[in-house]
Amino acid sequence: MSQASAVTRPASEASASHGPGGIVLSAILSRLVIVVPYLWLLVFFLAPFAIVFKISLSETAISMPPYFPVFSWEDGLSGFWENVKELSFANYLWLVDDPLYFNAYISSVVIAAISTFLALLVGYPMAYAMARAPSSIRMVLLMLVILPFWTSFLIRVYAWIGILKPEGLLNQFLMWAGVIDSPLQIMNTHTAIYIGIVYSYLPFMVLPLYATLEKMDFSLIEAAQDLGCPPISAFWKITFPLSLPGVVAGCLLVFIPAVGEFVIPDLLGGSQTLMIGKTLWNEFFGNRDWPVASAVAVVLLLILVVPMMFFQRAQARSQEQER
Amino acid sequence: MKSLGSIRRSFAPWNDPQARPYISFQNVTKRFGDFTAVNDLSLDIYEREFFALLGASGCGKSTLLRMLAGFETPTSGRILLDGQDLAGIPPYKRPVNMMFQSYALFPHMTVEANIAFGLKQDGMPKAQIAERVAEMLKLVRLEQFAKRKPHQLSGGQRQRVALARSVAKRPKVLLLDEPLGALDKKLREATQFELMDLQQDLGLTFVVVTHDQEEAMTMADRIAIMDKGKVMQVATPAEIYEAPSSRFVADFVGSVNMLEGTVTSRNGNSVVIKGNSGAQISVENAGDAAPGADVAFAIRPEKIRVTSKRPETAANAMEGEVWDIAYLGDMTVYHIKLGDGQVVKASALNSARVSEDPLTWSDRAWISFAPDAGVVLTR
Repeated sequence: MSQASAVTRPASEASASHGPGGIVLSAILSRLVIVVPYLWLLVFFLAPFAIVFKISLSETAISMPPYFPVFSWEDGLSGFWENVKELSFANYLWLVDDPLYFNAYISSVVIAAISTFLALLVGYPMAYAMARAPSSIRMVLLMLVILPFWTSFLIRVYAWIGILKPEGLLNQFLMWAGVIDSPLQIMNTHTAIYIGIVYSYLPFMVLPLYATLEKMDFSLIEAAQDLGCPPISAFWKITFPLSLPGVVAGCLLVFIPAVGEFVIPDLLGGSQTLMIGKTLWNEFFGNRDWPVASAVAVVLLLILVVPMMFFQRAQARSQEQER
Repeated sequence: MKSLGSIRRSFAPWNDPQARPYISFQNVTKRFGDFTAVNDLSLDIYEREFFALLGASGCGKSTLLRMLAGFETPTSGRILLDGQDLAGIPPYKRPVNMMFQSYALFPHMTVEANIAFGLKQDGMPKAQIAERVAEMLKLVRLEQFAKRKPHQLSGGQRQRVALARSVAKRPKVLLLDEPLGALDKKLREATQFELMDLQQDLGLTFVVVTHDQEEAMTMADRIAIMDKGKVMQVATPAEIYEAPSSRFVADFVGSVNMLEGTVTSRNGNSVVIKGNSGAQISVENAGDAAPGADVAFAIRPEKIRVTSKRPETAANAMEGEVWDIAYLGDMTVYHIKLGDGQVVKASALNSARVSEDPLTWSDRAWISFAPDAGVVLTR
C-alpha cells in the first residue's frame, strides 16, 4: 500500500522534494566555476603580493632570509602579534627621503610614456594597413607580427646591441651610404631604450589596434567623404575616435610592462640610465635589501594600478551616461 | 485618350527633345579585374526626377551609383552632372550625397551630430547649422531623439537619421542605395510614400538602387532595368510593365506568360502569330515584328479571362485544362495547361463573393484575351 502511494505520488510533489537539492547543487557548481579564476588570482597574485607587502614592512637583516621579523607557525598567536608590532613603514619613508627613487620612478614613467607613444605611431599604420589588406594576406601579416615571439626576447635585445653599437650594422651602413662621417652614439642612450621597447612591445600595440580596426565598418569613411570630409580629416573624425578602445588597450599593454622594464634599459641604456626596474634589481641583488626592494615594487604597483582604476571608473561612468 | 497603366503624367522631361539631361552616363564601362560590372552603359537622368535602377544583385546597379558618388572611377566613358564632367572630382567635392544601404551612421556621434556632420564640413555658421539640423529632425519626425546615439534607435529611426543626414546639405542629387532594404514590409510601404513626398517637397533629383520591383514601381518616375552591366530598358513603371521591350524585361518585372511562335502575316500594325501549340494569336500592337520572325507573345495573367465555355466574341481563345488554382483572397490565380503542355497563368479579380462560373481542378477551360492585351517581343 505504501509502495503504491509512493509510486502514484504526484509529479509536482516529487519535483518539489527533489528541487531544492538540485538547485543548491547547481548553485554550488556555478559558484565553483566563478571561484576558479578568483582562486587563481588569490594564489598567484594576491598571496605573493601580500608576502611582498609584508617584506616591505620588515627590516633588513644579515640572515637567511635577509629580513626581520620572520613569521613562523611555531611562534603561536602571541609571537605573531609581537612580530606584527615590529613591522613599520620606515622603508617607504626611506623611498621618499632619497631622491634616487623618486627620480627613477619619474624617469621610468617618462621613458615608458615616450616609448608607448612611439609604439603607437609605428603600430597604428601597421594595424591599419593590416585591417585594410585583402583578407587572403591578412593572416600572413598577422603571422609576421607574432613571429618574433618565437625567438627569445633576450636574444632579440642582444641583437640590437649588434645593430646600434658604434661599429654596429646601422652605423656601418650610414657611413657607407655617406649620410654620416663618424658613428652615431646610439648605444647607452635613451634613444636605444626607446628603440628596444618599441621593437619588443610593438605586437602588443598592433594586435589590439588591429582587432578594433578590423571590426570597423569602412563605409563610415565613405559616408564621411560623401558628406564633404577629405580623407585625412575623416581619419581624425571617424576612424581614430572609433579605434580609441584599441588605442587605450594597446597603450596600456605597452606602457605597463615598459615602466617596470629591466632587461632593455640594462642592455641598451647603459649604466647611467635610471629606471625603476634597474633600481629594483640593484636593491634585490646588489644591496640584498629585500625590504626596500619590496617597498619599491609595491609603490610601482600603486603607480600603475591607481590611474588605471580611475580610468576604468571614468569609462564605466561615461558608458552608463550613454544608456 | 488612351494611356498605359491608366496613369496620366505631366512630368516627363525625357519626352521633351529640348530638355537637357541633368546626369548623363556616356558609354561608361567599369571593370574589376576580369569582371565587367558596368558594360558600355549610357543613361540620362533629368532634374527633379525620381529615378530607379532595378536589377538582380551583381547587375552593376550599385557600381553605377558608386561611380556617381565618386567611390569608383569608370574604366572608360564619362559621367556628366549638370554639364560638368565628374572625372577627377573626389567624393568629398561632389554635389551629390548618398544614403548608404547600411546607413553608415557614425556610432560615436549623436543623431544631431550625425546630421550636422556634412554642414560642419562646409563651414556653415553654428547658428545656421542648429537651425538646419532642427529643420531636418522635424522633417523626419525625430525631434525628441536628437541627443540619442544610433545604437539607441530602432531600424526605422536609423533609416530616417540616415535620410536626414544625406539631405541636410541640400545636395543636387541624392543617391539611395537600397534605402528600404533593412526595414520590415509594413514600415517599407509607409516609408516609400514618405520618400516620394520628401523628394517632391525638396525638389531634389533622386537616384535609387533597388532589387525590389514593387518599391521601384511605386516610387520612381522612370526605371532602368539592368542586367549584366547593361541597361535593358529605361521607361516609366507603366511602360516597363505594359510594354516591355524584351523577353528579359517582361520576365523580370511582374508575372508574365510567354507564348513563343512565328509571325505568319502582318497588316499595318496588326500581326497574326502561329503559336508553337498551333493556336493562332492576333495582336494589334506588333512592334517591329516582320513576317517569318520568331517572336514571343507576352501577356500578363490579369489580362487573360478564364471561362468554362468558349467565349463567343473573344479575338483570341485557347482551350486547356485547369492544372492548379491558387486562391489569394482578393484574386484567384488559375494555371491552365494548354494542348502543347505549356502552363498559362491567369488571374481573376474576385470582385463578387460568389462565382457564377466556378472552375475546379481538371476542368476543361478556355482562356481568352483581347488583341491589345499583350505585346510582341522580338528580342
